[in-house]
Amino acid sequence: MSVYKDTAEVEVRERRLDAILSYKGDAKTLNVQSKKRKVNCPESSYSQCSQCSEGCAEGLICHIIDAAVISHAPIGCSLGASSRHIVGRAVSKSRGLPEHKVQMICSNINEEDTVYGASKKLFTAIYEADRRFKPRVIFLQSSCASGIIGEDMESIARQAEEKLHYPVVPVYCEGFKSTIWSTGFDAAFHAVLRRLVKPAQKKQNDMVNIFNFTGSNTFIPLLHKLGLRVNYLLPMATLEQIASVTEAACTAHICETLATYVAAALEEQYSVPEVKVQPPFGIDWTDEWVREIARYTDRAKLAEQLIVQEHKRIQPELEKLRELLKGKTVYVMSGDAFAHNLANIAKDLDLNVIGLSTLHHDLHFETKEQINSLEALIESVGNIKDVRVCNKQPYRIIKVLQRISPDVLIVRHPNLAPMGMKLGIPTLSEGDANFSIGYDGVLKFGRRLLDLITAEKLFGNIAKHARLPYNSRWRENDVDDVLNNRMLGGEL
Amino acid sequence: MSEIIEQPRYGCALSAQQTVLAIPRALPIIHAGPGCASKAFSFAATGAGFQGEGYGGGSHISSTNTGESEVIFGGEPSLEKEIKGALKILDGDLFVVLSGCTSDIVGDDSISVAERFAAQGYPVVGTETAGFKGSSYYGHEIVVKSIIEQFIGDVKPQVRHGLVNVFAVVPFQDPFWRGDLEEIKRILTNIGLEVNILFGNGSAGISEWRDIPNAQFNLLISPSTGTEIAELLEAKYQTPYLQYPILPVGGVETSRFLREVAAFAGLSSLPVEKAIEKEERRFYDYFVAVSDFIGEYWNNLPVDLYAVGDSIYAPGVSSFLVNELGLVPRGVYVTDEPQPAWQSVITETLAARDSRLAAVLKFENDGGAIEMDIREKDKNAGKSIILGSSWEKFLAVDVDSLYAYLSLPLDEIVILNHSYMGYSGGLRLIEEVYSAVFKRKTATSRSIV
Repeated sequence: MSVYKDTAEVEVRERRLDAILSYKGDAKTLNVQSKKRKVNCPESSYSQCSQCSEGCAEGLICHIIDAAVISHAPIGCSLGASSRHIVGRAVSKSRGLPEHKVQMICSNINEEDTVYGASKKLFTAIYEADRRFKPRVIFLQSSCASGIIGEDMESIARQAEEKLHYPVVPVYCEGFKSTIWSTGFDAAFHAVLRRLVKPAQKKQNDMVNIFNFTGSNTFIPLLHKLGLRVNYLLPMATLEQIASVTEAACTAHICETLATYVAAALEEQYSVPEVKVQPPFGIDWTDEWVREIARYTDRAKLAEQLIVQEHKRIQPELEKLRELLKGKTVYVMSGDAFAHNLANIAKDLDLNVIGLSTLHHDLHFETKEQINSLEALIESVGNIKDVRVCNKQPYRIIKVLQRISPDVLIVRHPNLAPMGMKLGIPTLSEGDANFSIGYDGVLKFGRRLLDLITAEKLFGNIAKHARLPYNSRWRENDVDDVLNNRMLGGEL
Repeated sequence: MSEIIEQPRYGCALSAQQTVLAIPRALPIIHAGPGCASKAFSFAATGAGFQGEGYGGGSHISSTNTGESEVIFGGEPSLEKEIKGALKILDGDLFVVLSGCTSDIVGDDSISVAERFAAQGYPVVGTETAGFKGSSYYGHEIVVKSIIEQFIGDVKPQVRHGLVNVFAVVPFQDPFWRGDLEEIKRILTNIGLEVNILFGNGSAGISEWRDIPNAQFNLLISPSTGTEIAELLEAKYQTPYLQYPILPVGGVETSRFLREVAAFAGLSSLPVEKAIEKEERRFYDYFVAVSDFIGEYWNNLPVDLYAVGDSIYAPGVSSFLVNELGLVPRGVYVTDEPQPAWQSVITETLAARDSRLAAVLKFENDGGAIEMDIREKDKNAGKSIILGSSWEKFLAVDVDSLYAYLSLPLDEIVILNHSYMGYSGGLRLIEEVYSAVFKRKTATSRSIV
């Protein structure tokens, strides 16, 4: 069965990758059960807010150079514009590019539109975007509201395109369609594969596709040492860069969760090989990644030299950092595969990873050849006893953190850090997903951890005064016992 | 006003989860898609000066995270389970259900589900706040009215003379609401009133809300949002209300405000005048002290004023800057889509302060249109300052104007106890407007810009 299908929408992750949202156990068991596609996923009758596909899709497409995005939605779906605009400005600067401006318009669906249809507004938004921004591509982003009322974005896009003479590309990312927000990444990549990627004109053997978020420029310095050029995708990419992904020597990425769909599709449809080892987080994974890229670009000797040099270069500071951090316990909470990346760096600093919580878990990726990042992590750091799959849910994670009391908490997503800080745990927010790659990434990670631990008075002070919104039943019992009435006085 | 919106300034009705969070120990329960609560929070708390999750916001917010099965088969059972779960583990005094687009389009009766819990004695209120139904301002009114109808309910008022309920800025949608409400409570207490401020640190929480029917009067400091709340309370508990249709900022307006409130409350004027005199002396001591700076830096000071904010905030701030600091109004952009009747109130109120203010007043919710208008006007303008959101900061940098922060979104500032309201807020605004001179570039008293 092919990875890429020429359909309007890509299948959601729960059906395509058997993605799950809950698990409680150890890492090895999760891996074994994942392979058998039989993971014990306890359902819960109560949940706290998650995130949605639309936000994930938007984060990738709104930073494409010369793109405009129409959020075909009520205004509440389109609220990320200003923060994305700020990130865009910062990252374009860090990459030495012209200042990037996020160009978004919301069609502002109202009650009447949900009854009579909102296509007129969508056309208005499209032509207004054309007038205001003079874009070279317009993306149409669906929403729960536009999806449920059955807006025909395909035909609207076609009609608009005939008039505008440049691509108008629907992205199907309705929040309700998938409980796994990462489905939004697939939706964005699918739209781009369908409409913007072109067959190769000529092969560019020194160019590597890097699929990433709107992150800082860390890949160019690393790959420059191998004499390779980086094609950063999708944020900050031009339409020409996107069209030419098919010309690259190979495709790599920062995280399986982000990009295994697009990477597999490019390999299948255009024979661009995917780098099938872990992304370059931690020394050993960086070594393997460098070797693998060298294999596709015919630089094996150079790669070995680079690895030796880089090990030697970072060794003195690495030893110092290890001395200061050795044995400190760490809990990592992040996206499925990215949590594995962060845990692997922690290992290089002699930290003790005592727990891991991934925000969802794909039981497998697109193809059998793609890396199993959980297995790779187990090989690298050994079994991890306390593993959860959990889409944030502080009412569960806080109890875990209270019980195992790590020295440091590491997170990447917004609104997660307060969980640790309110318990007095120094909490490192990774944020920029490019920041900690490569050999220097390990050092930078260690330096930041030292700064963090130095500020322990701050975290202690927060914990001393913070109150949590949970009652004594929650505090004194197992949460599932409370929710399932398995305790006295728990009936409701 | 535009049909479509670039550079949004407000959230959708479901953003009123923040109104619930502004009540001490009240907690929202969201019945909507998985991203709704997070998006509303990111905009109205994180993107509003990093106001934080507080007691039960951010990732703690209960949400059914509705998916395909709820859309196809209906989501009422999920909501019921969610409310049960929340009541079992959360430590709150009031739970407000807010439904989103998915549940309202497929026709879940979220209010009835909430009522079933209320009927069993649980403090649960139900509201329908689908994003397509309106803005965060609309949602705020829905939530407050629903709490009054469903939680406070039909009680017989036991009126306490001197007790006032205050309905003013919309929490979080006004990034300075915490400081603003503290200042209102402070100055009203100063003239001898007992104040139910209802939101934020100065509120006693649910007991104060239960006390609403007992007020001598309601004070509505707004030309727009909140009007229907005051009308509801008048109909329900026969509580009269005073509408003060502009935010009191600075010495002149705040004193006028206090006199009007005191007259409405029937307070004897002597102690009120004494309190006003004391406040004014303090205010104008500071004010006169800044004249040295004005003299020294006249060459650098802004002349023209643009203000972008909601109908509660932008007019009051603009009036102060025009009437007390002598700025020339070039544009007052009201971003919250006030109803036509409310628009007349705003226009008349501003015209009464200075006819130039009314002349440059625009009702515009599309930030892109505001940007185009300011760019066009600023071509021939002198030195200007733009008060607004992060978007206006970028614009100001681009057109070489000064800027100060006034309205959402605010992604590049940390706001704690900050306010432009009243006497103290007026002083703070003077600091901001004049310090703006140094924010953009190195200014010296002799540099001609």
